[in-house]
Amino acid sequence: MADEAPTAAATSPAPNRVKEKPGPLEYMRRWPLQLIVGLTLLFLYLPLITLMVFSFNTSRRNIVWQGFTTDWYVRAFNNESLLQAFINSLTIAFLCTIASVVLGALAAVMLWRFRFPGKTVVEGSLALPIVVPEICMGVAMLVFFARVMPWPTGLPWPLNLGAITIAHISFAFPFVATVVRARLASFNRELEEAAKDLGASEWRTFWDILVPHMQPGLIAGALLAFTLSLDDFVITFFTAGPDTITFPVKVYSMLRFSVTPEVNAASTILIVVTVILTAVGLNMQNQTPADKKA
Amino acid sequence: MTETAPIQSSAGRQTSSAEDGVIITFENVTKRFAGVTAVDNVNLQIREGEFFALLGPSGCGKTTLLRMLAGFETPTEGRILIDGKDIAALPPNKRPVNMVFQSYAVFPHMKVFDNVAYGLKMEGVDGGEIRRRVEEALELVKLDGYGQRMPDQLSGGQRQRVALARALVKRPRVLLLDEPLSALDAKLRDQMRSELTSLQEKVGITFIMVTHDQDEALAIASRCAVMNRGVLAQVATPADLYEFPNSRFVADFVGSVNMFEGVLDEDEPDHAVVRAPELAAPVYLDHGVTGARGSTVWVALRPEKIEMHKRNGGEPPKMEDAPAGTNVVPGTIRDIVYLGSETNFEIELEGGRRVKTFRSNLTRYDQEDFTWDEPVWLAWHACSPAVLLS
Repeated sequence: MADEAPTAAATSPAPNRVKEKPGPLEYMRRWPLQLIVGLTLLFLYLPLITLMVFSFNTSRRNIVWQGFTTDWYVRAFNNESLLQAFINSLTIAFLCTIASVVLGALAAVMLWRFRFPGKTVVEGSLALPIVVPEICMGVAMLVFFARVMPWPTGLPWPLNLGAITIAHISFAFPFVATVVRARLASFNRELEEAAKDLGASEWRTFWDILVPHMQPGLIAGALLAFTLSLDDFVITFFTAGPDTITFPVKVYSMLRFSVTPEVNAASTILIVVTVILTAVGLNMQNQTPADKKA
Repeated sequence: MTETAPIQSSAGRQTSSAEDGVIITFENVTKRFAGVTAVDNVNLQIREGEFFALLGPSGCGKTTLLRMLAGFETPTEGRILIDGKDIAALPPNKRPVNMVFQSYAVFPHMKVFDNVAYGLKMEGVDGGEIRRRVEEALELVKLDGYGQRMPDQLSGGQRQRVALARALVKRPRVLLLDEPLSALDAKLRDQMRSELTSLQEKVGITFIMVTHDQDEALAIASRCAVMNRGVLAQVATPADLYEFPNSRFVADFVGSVNMFEGVLDEDEPDHAVVRAPELAAPVYLDHGVTGARGSTVWVALRPEKIEMHKRNGGEPPKMEDAPAGTNVVPGTIRDIVYLGSETNFEIELEGGRRVKTFRSNLTRYDQEDFTWDEPVWLAWHACSPAVLLS
């Protein structure tokens, strides 16, 4: 009975009971950790919340709150070039995600499955785009598309986005490969053998057994690739032409003139889009039964 | 039992019935992994309808042998025949064998029904036929009504049944089982033992099981092969393995044993005598041993075959089938382990050697008969010890 007392106090709503002292490991119920967590959340989210709140401000300045309005959203939507940049960004992110997931998954399976000479070199070079400073990647891409393989200008949309998309794929797919590789480490090789034992060919085994197992990794990788591509500024800045502005680049150019709540409004929309996509992705990931076992 | 030497008897049983109904033949099969010989020149025949067990300690090559049969490994040398046909060229998905994996390898993202149906789909069997055969297979393993469940909603025992149904539904010539019971808890293991046996009788398919658990092999198999370091040590029925082991390794690996090194002193067609320095009296055997006089042999004595008598200054008991002064040694009880159905004693002989003996508790007061540090006589019949030449 005495052992049950703390749990009973925590769960039952008995009003006249004295508040229990926190248990030895219940750090969340003591003030130091509560303070740290509170401050962390504050520093993480206060800027974002401020940005969102001021997107509804009637004042042109981002300093004083004057009144509620949705005018900035209307303006943002009527800003032709901002809208075009937004669509460009989504298109590039979409294409980059698909290509990165395919390439990344194949790279992961190759590294996981086969032994070949120079494997460690391939593995290391795959991680390179992750660790190389973005600014170097950007310059490299600029030089590459200027000298080695110039992307023809004046192509109709969306072909004019090719250079940026290729640049994005090159830095996004190693992330997918890393995530999928980690997922594959938990694969039980007997599942593969069982499928073959039951008459499945190599190809069928890949689609029926391996791909379902990789699925959570593929979704997580896709989310990573999508968000990486959507908010990339540095590399895009170096590869974008005058007619291929993406959203982050556009926002930056708008800031150069003045910080208007229009930028706040556009950013809020981007945040909402990303949050929704992430939530959908995580939800899909949780629904895979393969994840519960493993 | 009395007319043949143990070595001859088990060898005789092996060859006499090997020819009829052979389904699998291993011919001089050797497998090397990067210089390590996992399976060393194995010759083995398995007959139709047998429940065959490959028994051995971990790393003895038993699983490699099984995987070569399934097609996941290829022999470095030698041939494997199924129904007289060399299967070296067949990939795993074309072989008439199916396997139940140690981890069961039930596909976690498929319903039980789809798991069992998978093999039939790969064969291209049509939908109605698949449904009928899957239902039949699920019923066979007592999982009818579980078809729509996901594997993570099943217990370990149920998952194993799914793996069994999934393999059996393909109607293989041979079913391979890799350590089928090792992942189950003790109660369930006992239950699955008898279910596996009755399942095998029902479907009539040849089962080959790999196990490191000698109890399991003895309980289930109709014939066992004991492997040691890639070599077949002995192939025999469970009873022959236990009662007529052909080597110290087999005697020691299968069951519990007291082993004494000794010298062959007399070897006549109707009896033999071994003198072991650790035993106060010579060991008298009621059969001849095919060994040279004066050569080193080992006497293997199972604990339950040793009788224990009280020794309070009286005469040593006389075993009616052995001359006076043989097969009886004095000792002192040093340890008693009461196990309910039986009691295990550890007795210290005069030279300091300790001997195990098991005594069934036939009445409710049997465990009170003996106590610690009590002087006793140990005695055994002339037919009880096995004499081993290697």
